[in-house]
Amino acid sequence: MLGNLDLTWINWEVISKFVASGFWFSVELTIVSTIGGIIFGTVLALLRLSGKSALATPATVYVNGMRSIPLVMVLLWFYLLVPRIIGRPIGPDYSALITFVAFEAAYFSEIMRAGIQSIPRGQVYAGQALGMSYAQNMRLVVLPQAFRNMLPVLLTQTIILFQDTSLVYAISAHDLLNGFQNAGKIYGRPEEAYLMAAIVYFILCSALSFLVKRLQLKIAIIR
Amino acid sequence: MSWDWEVFCRNTSDTTIVEPMCWAKAPDITYFQWMLHAWGWTLGVAACAWIIALIFGFLIGTARTLPNSPVLTRLANGWVELFRNIPILVQLFLWYFVVPKAFPAFQAVPGFVLVVFALGFFTSARIAEQVRAGIQSLPRGQRYAGLALGFTTAQTYRYVLIPMAFRIILPPLTSEGMNLLKNSSVAFAVSIAELAWFAMQAQEETARGDEIYLGVTALYVISAFAVNRAFAFIEKRTRIPGFIVAGTGGGGH
Repeated sequence: MLGNLDLTWINWEVISKFVASGFWFSVELTIVSTIGGIIFGTVLALLRLSGKSALATPATVYVNGMRSIPLVMVLLWFYLLVPRIIGRPIGPDYSALITFVAFEAAYFSEIMRAGIQSIPRGQVYAGQALGMSYAQNMRLVVLPQAFRNMLPVLLTQTIILFQDTSLVYAISAHDLLNGFQNAGKIYGRPEEAYLMAAIVYFILCSALSFLVKRLQLKIAIIR
Repeated sequence: MSWDWEVFCRNTSDTTIVEPMCWAKAPDITYFQWMLHAWGWTLGVAACAWIIALIFGFLIGTARTLPNSPVLTRLANGWVELFRNIPILVQLFLWYFVVPKAFPAFQAVPGFVLVVFALGFFTSARIAEQVRAGIQSLPRGQRYAGLALGFTTAQTYRYVLIPMAFRIILPPLTSEGMNLLKNSSVAFAVSIAELAWFAMQAQEETARGDEIYLGVTALYVISAFAVNRAFAFIEKRTRIPGFIVAGTGGGGH
């Protein structure tokens, strides 16, 4: 049934020549936007929970705005606007990095907001009773617990993020999928290249979500 | 920079400005008409995929909770793992390029249908996960009550478990509906004439990216909002007074 497909041309040389660089870009994009997204997302979540509408409203608009637009459109927008803002042309790879940090911050902020809200009020009062300032209270009491409660969700979001990196196709950045695509083009076997890409993504994402499940059990026991 | 909203009134073939109402007569169309057309494709792809996603999502999700069918449960779990761990864009390429090559019978299937399959099955795995969680969140007594009444397993699901689970998972179903609408934008990659594809094409032709992107973005936001309202309406209509109190307003602190 799969007689029309020929996977024999795929060997280590093809992988290292075409796919490896794309793979590393996907990984880089995932790591940078996870870290950046968590940092900016936490800031956004704190703004939304600050109780001051001058701070909360812009953050809410930003988060809800980002979440109601497809990532493909956000990629196109940033590819159009970022060069204009910084005043010089920018490659698709850098544009993708900036877009992903800005886009994922909105999703991570929702996770962090839920995490912060999951901390009982008594914890905050306890911090205040000890004479802690707002910043100390957040840094030493609330955020470490929120982060730990939300760790499995944050990691699941990272897996989704890794899958989403394939959408940089829209601005022709060189990611894992693009690497397979180039190999497929050169060898005249685009279908097989897509099949291989699917298998690689499947193995990576399955392994990661297996690890997240393990971690979830471990955390649940400690608590 | 300055705005130039007249770009939407331009004829797509000779770029002259069309009066009145930016509505050209056939066979010409303006960019505005083209955008509305693309919106139709976006909504069409999403709606068709939603039907597939709902049917398979509920079947697979139910199969995952069946008490005495380990084989079926395993198959359903495998289905969810398969469709959840491959990016939607790659799944789209699988359906559009790989499946017709591997199975020549699919070469006669139009591209639109293949895109609908890709989006529908991708979303079905996510709905299946919600359905499973919804059914498993019900107290065990519900199932026993059904059996005690002499219901078969099928009847227990049909009359007791599914109606309850459906109401519980309506909020996450709402966000899956909105996700599907947003995910339909990946269809640009196989040149389905939907909104994201229109945005790229029209940006290229007119060099008025800001206006075109703003128009497209607005249509996406409007569509997502409409989906949200539609689900809120369904939630209100199917609510059983005093039974499941989902979404008790307020919350927070």
